[in-house]
Amino acid sequence: MGIKQISVFVENKTGRLAAVLEVLEKKQINIRAFDVSDSANIGIVRLILTDAELGLHELHQAGFTARIDPVAIVELPDVPGGLLRAVVKPLADAGINVDYLYAYTEPSTNKPIAVIKTEDIARAEKVLKQR
Amino acid sequence: MRDPEHEQISREKLEQLQLERLQLKVKEVYERVPYYTQAFKSRGIKPADIKKLSDLTKLPFTSKLDFKKNYPLGLMAVPMERIVRIHSSSGTTDKPTIAPYTRGDIETWSEILARGLATAGITSKDIFQNAFGYGLFTGGMGYHYGVERLGAVVIPTSAGNTKRQITLMQDLGTTVLGCTPSYALIIGEVAREMGVDLRKTKLRLALCGAEPISEQMREDIKEGLGVDVISDYGLTEAMGPGVSIECPYHCGMHIPEDHFLVEVVDPNTGEQLPNGVQGELVITSLTKEAYPIIRFRTRDITSLNSEPCKCGRTLARMSRVTGRTDDMLKVKGVNVFPSQIENVLLKIEGVEPHYLIVVDRTEAFSCSDIEILVEVNDSIFSDKMQTIEKMEEKLRLALEAVLGIQTRIRLVEPKTLTRSEGKSKRVVDRSELSNLK
Repeated sequence: MGIKQISVFVENKTGRLAAVLEVLEKKQINIRAFDVSDSANIGIVRLILTDAELGLHELHQAGFTARIDPVAIVELPDVPGGLLRAVVKPLADAGINVDYLYAYTEPSTNKPIAVIKTEDIARAEKVLKQR
Repeated sequence: MRDPEHEQISREKLEQLQLERLQLKVKEVYERVPYYTQAFKSRGIKPADIKKLSDLTKLPFTSKLDFKKNYPLGLMAVPMERIVRIHSSSGTTDKPTIAPYTRGDIETWSEILARGLATAGITSKDIFQNAFGYGLFTGGMGYHYGVERLGAVVIPTSAGNTKRQITLMQDLGTTVLGCTPSYALIIGEVAREMGVDLRKTKLRLALCGAEPISEQMREDIKEGLGVDVISDYGLTEAMGPGVSIECPYHCGMHIPEDHFLVEVVDPNTGEQLPNGVQGELVITSLTKEAYPIIRFRTRDITSLNSEPCKCGRTLARMSRVTGRTDDMLKVKGVNVFPSQIENVLLKIEGVEPHYLIVVDRTEAFSCSDIEILVEVNDSIFSDKMQTIEKMEEKLRLALEAVLGIQTRIRLVEPKTLTRSEGKSKRVVDRSELSNLK
């Protein structure tokens, strides 16, 4: 199943993550999952939001550099080896490189969900469905 | 064409006119300005030695330093009773340049600008919103008089209060906007933020001057305002705006050579360079009364072309100013121009021309290290760190190839680098950068 993810560019310094989150709070946009990737000087904040399009619009309005990308999401079996067998192994076997991956717990089902970014999302989704 | 007699003059006639005016001007400054008397004498030159136009090279150069030494009005060639107005440069880093004008100078300047505006394709039917700063700065008042002389409508908005600028553009049907290129970018951005589509207004042209404009910046202004952009060049020492201006063919800026005698010289040796070769622009006043300049070294890097233009004018054109001799940074002993860095940034797709060069200066123009801050926009941003790092690496390598030294790149969030409403500052010392630490 595919979903839209918002990424925001921030400088790696005090208060910038707070500035991003304040925009979302002000517009009552809820965060389902998030992940931060950082280097010495910069960070990328990745967000799964209740309303991705609105989130992107508000972040742009607030002057942030941000973008929207498709990512794959997969429900994981909550057992040892669940992530390996449900996601990582099948993609590796199909020769698909994972750009990044993070996980959250879906409140309605209380099940873990993996968010996966690969070069070709459609192909990754096909592989994961076949499993 | 406003003044075909001068704008389509033959080279031969022009040179005769220039020689006559030069001889008069040289005699005048020699007799009236002690600085020039002294400077000529120390070179063993008398006004009578100027027999042909090429004798110009016998005259000494005048520099910014000479202006400073003679601050405020030491180079004045007329008594104060004849002065009707005084402008001044901003003098942010040093003593300002004081520019006095006689009534005749104001007349000449207005006429030069009216001719320049006509060269740009502006007519008496236009409504010119003058967002150049009014006050001591020559830009606002200079254009104001030029537009009035042309018979067009001038709206003296001055710089700043950007939302009001945009509202007035809509309400009064502004057809031409005059301002600095950095302010034109701001107006474009603010209009977008306000949800105003300037393409739906009567605006048809932007006239940008008073600071260097790159081709990419011109493209961005065109995109932001939805209109063609005409470049203008000027300097306080020579008069103010109007020293040269583009025609709609965009093939260089036309110089009113009946008022300014121009040369391009090697910045190091002072030798005259042939047409087409880049060097430092040197200007001699042919008609200015109050504060004439003789072989003034502008520090601006350009080249000349005296082939007739497609627009029918025969007066020489100068190329876009690509740098300043005093912007030159010496990094680890290597000469670096900010314009070189800008050109590299612009070639990497998607990078906006919003950048800042941060130097750790050890002495005046010498520094050990430079860091380039670049604002990240949506088109170069990626959700993958690897992609961003690759882009940084590409920039670093491209800069190293052009400059011959290693630089550091730092990506910063949009709008963190100050946008001035006047001159764009491209180089700062790290000690001035406390807010970006």
